[in-house]
Amino acid sequence: MKCQKCDKQATFHITDLVDGEPNELHLCEDCAQAFLAPPSSSDADEMMPAMAGLLAQQLAVGETAEELARLDKQVCPVCGISFREFRKQGRLGCPYDYTCFSEELEPLLLNIHDETRHVGKVPKGFGANAEQQTQLIRLRREMKEAVAREDYEQASKLRDEIREIEESRQLPPTEQPPTDL
Amino acid sequence: MPLNFEELAGGSGEWLKGSGPESDIVISSRIRLARNLAEFPFIARATAADRAEIEKILHARIAASNDSKKFPGELMYVDVSQLPEIDRAFLVERQLISRELSESEGARAVAIDGREQYSVMINEEDHLRIQVMHSGLDLDSAWEQIDTLDDLIEEQVTYAYNEKLGYLTACPTNVGTGIRVSVMLHLPALVITRQIDKVFRSLQKINLAVRGLYGEGSQAMGDFYQVSNQITLGLSEQELIKKVADVVPVLIDYERQAREFLVRESQETLHDRVSRAYGILRNAQTISSEETLHLLSSVRMGVNLGLIGDVAIPTVNKLFVHTQPAHLQKLAGMELDSSDRNIERATYLRRHLGGDSDKAEHN
Repeated sequence: MKCQKCDKQATFHITDLVDGEPNELHLCEDCAQAFLAPPSSSDADEMMPAMAGLLAQQLAVGETAEELARLDKQVCPVCGISFREFRKQGRLGCPYDYTCFSEELEPLLLNIHDETRHVGKVPKGFGANAEQQTQLIRLRREMKEAVAREDYEQASKLRDEIREIEESRQLPPTEQPPTDL
Repeated sequence: MPLNFEELAGGSGEWLKGSGPESDIVISSRIRLARNLAEFPFIARATAADRAEIEKILHARIAASNDSKKFPGELMYVDVSQLPEIDRAFLVERQLISRELSESEGARAVAIDGREQYSVMINEEDHLRIQVMHSGLDLDSAWEQIDTLDDLIEEQVTYAYNEKLGYLTACPTNVGTGIRVSVMLHLPALVITRQIDKVFRSLQKINLAVRGLYGEGSQAMGDFYQVSNQITLGLSEQELIKKVADVVPVLIDYERQAREFLVRESQETLHDRVSRAYGILRNAQTISSEETLHLLSSVRMGVNLGLIGDVAIPTVNKLFVHTQPAHLQKLAGMELDSSDRNIERATYLRRHLGGDSDKAEHN
């Protein structure tokens, strides 16, 4: 297949969402890069989210419109962000997103980092219970919702669960307790 | 200990010192780590109450780190949400906070040490952004310092982390190590000889990002460029630091060669350019920030090449920052509109470069 913008071979097949409508694009590498290139910015850190947003759009590569629609309906049970919202803003909602969207994020991570596995520093307190702690986000949210609909029985059950996790925090020994400035 | 802005404004931070290895070309070395607390949503999804709670917890951790024998410095805590706009702009110009932290809303803070080596931002893009900056090319000790502070803060909190992906960050571009290693270089000769774009392209090929410190595009104002790692996952912190550290001597060498070429092939033109720049800065009565950066860049190179003998590099470095809008206004002790700033900037430059006779004016 020829690139739609020049005569070279099309190697990128992009589904671009224009006002929510999927639009198929077939481009060569150069034209695809120009199409996906982030707008110039004076700050690399500020440029990153824009790039992530564009890279997130690249996830559409090879996906049909139906698959895309299915993808966008996916919602994180912990923080409530949808995959569509992430695609739009380029920022995730909570640590659990990396678990619940792991399949969708994998090609994106490969695209950015060329790798999908961490090999660096490990926090000293790890093992602790980072993933369990993240569930607190969901429990607190559900408790707030239970209170709002006056389901106090459910709210108190959730409060007990929250307390249990909070009390199970394994804190490594420290020299001194934290003091306020 | 509260932060004294007036004292801070008059001084110059670590990265302006102009000392450290290769400091004629390398301005500063910086490492930052992105961290999040496991039990709160990332900032984009956090409620005002979440942000306030995160701020409270991390504030306590910073206080505890200050008390620890393992931490050599003393961090001063600044509630950024309570700062007037000019003070926030001042901290941005000083590279102590990001534009994002300055302009966002809700509970947010920064902790800074007196030497301006450390800057710990709370509730920026991630819950925690720890940064250590050194003058010249000195990434190894910056890593040692940041690693220690990271451990101290972590002692009583659980960071968002999983075994496969490492430290979990709001943006997938930072996941894994959460590290950004940056070296800021002054590359005027590569700009004059039009080789800078070629350098950019070769860096991008090895997954390093380059950006101008001021301004946009490839012609960065002041010819300052920041080289940093693009990827954060799949390589260890030491490997990522090495990736940046390895390329810096090559860039230094290119810049030196370009300077030698200019001295050899067009000594008069170069000397003329430097002298004119110096002449304007010493005599202008009104001058924009943009023109100042442009001319100071030539002067800085001129000093390094021995074409200007009566100014020191730390003075030139300081002028780059002190002539920025918020610094000028803090130093003048009043708010100034754009045209008044241009006059004040020219006065400030004349005074510090020994231009004309108005040295008798205030400070």
